[in-house]
Amino acid sequence: MMTVTDLDCLRGQKRVLSGVSFSLAAGDCLILRGPNGAGKTTLLRTLAGLSPAPRGTVSATPDDLVYTGHLDAVKPQLTVTENLTFWQGIYQNAPADTLARFDLHELAERPAATLSAGQKRRLGLARLHVSGRRIWLLDEPTTALDADHVARFTAILTDHCSSGGIAIVSTHLDLDLSRAQTLNVADFAAPNGNGSSTSDDPFLQGSY
Amino acid sequence: MLALFRRDILLAVRSGGGFGLALAFFLILVMLVPFGVGPDRAVLARIAPGILWIGALLACLLSLDRVFQLDAEDGTLEALATSPVPLTGLVSAKAAAHWITTGLPLTLASAPLGYLLGLPTSGYLWLVASLGTGTVALSFIGTFGAAITVGIKRGGLLLSLLVLPLYIPTLILGAQVVTRAVSGQSPIASLALLSGLTLLTLALIPAAAAMALRANMR
Repeated sequence: MMTVTDLDCLRGQKRVLSGVSFSLAAGDCLILRGPNGAGKTTLLRTLAGLSPAPRGTVSATPDDLVYTGHLDAVKPQLTVTENLTFWQGIYQNAPADTLARFDLHELAERPAATLSAGQKRRLGLARLHVSGRRIWLLDEPTTALDADHVARFTAILTDHCSSGGIAIVSTHLDLDLSRAQTLNVADFAAPNGNGSSTSDDPFLQGSY
Repeated sequence: MLALFRRDILLAVRSGGGFGLALAFFLILVMLVPFGVGPDRAVLARIAPGILWIGALLACLLSLDRVFQLDAEDGTLEALATSPVPLTGLVSAKAAAHWITTGLPLTLASAPLGYLLGLPTSGYLWLVASLGTGTVALSFIGTFGAAITVGIKRGGLLLSLLVLPLYIPTLILGAQVVTRAVSGQSPIASLALLSGLTLLTLALIPAAAAMALRANMR
């Protein structure tokens, strides 16, 4: 359902990963591992189409993907409900149980500025559910979540995959996912001194 | 797109959103002019079109760095870039929301300020008409500048340097509409050129700003 072949990834002008290949079927979950700076975020951003790929192909179309990065994309001036309503308007999709799933019921009318880091993260992750998209690209989704909510989020992830979705997660935690595959990003590190970057063009086509 | 437009207006009127700042700046700037050049009605009436237009232009500039910067800082811009909203739509919605929260109030405030500066009554209608069409171009051109400087921390000053030269044609034509109306000439030709300029920015800016955003986000 999602095939990545021979993908190269750039961070700025520098090639950090080369020849990344994997294939995921509906219901699969892929955990990205690797030390800090190995290129997990870079790979996820390239898959999401935020960074252009100089070489290689990703079979999924951008309309199937939803990406959450280190930042929560939460507006502090708006309440939790207003934040969610905004994303519902953007994705033209309004699932009824988003608040309940992410344990945001009691916070619904609070301005997001008064949320704790973990609560804000949950609100940020709720966007995944609102998007209704099949392939989730998650960059360290469990940062700032307490143990209880990590378990809760793992359950949401399992639920998403068992209903035919795909998740690619970069994390340092051991998430309790039964069917997860693991990909060590460090295995694809680009050889050093590879200065022959073909893509100095900032307007390179191929980013989303 | 509509959701984005509505949210931007909502954010602007919430605390710290900056709605009214541009308007207040415009009012103060125009009221300062008589203190600087003296109370001579004839002089004030002659320079009123230029003062009002430059005031509107500077006031518009004041809120431009918020257009993309805040969304970029909290990750919303990346989330929007991967959402179903096309980048050109995102730019248009943001520029339109910027006009509603700055350009429109400035236009409405310009008539009383024209009275304050002793602008002849024949100029009021044309003043409002020229600002009404011209500030749309100011918002769109400014959004383009904001898209170019989105990756730069504290890029406000650079943004001003980039955008102000691009405002020159709009300023010349806009002030000319009012000057001609006041001096008894027909302002139609100038207003038509100004409208043409505004339409040109409406057509070109979304694509150009989307390209700038794309390059800045990688």
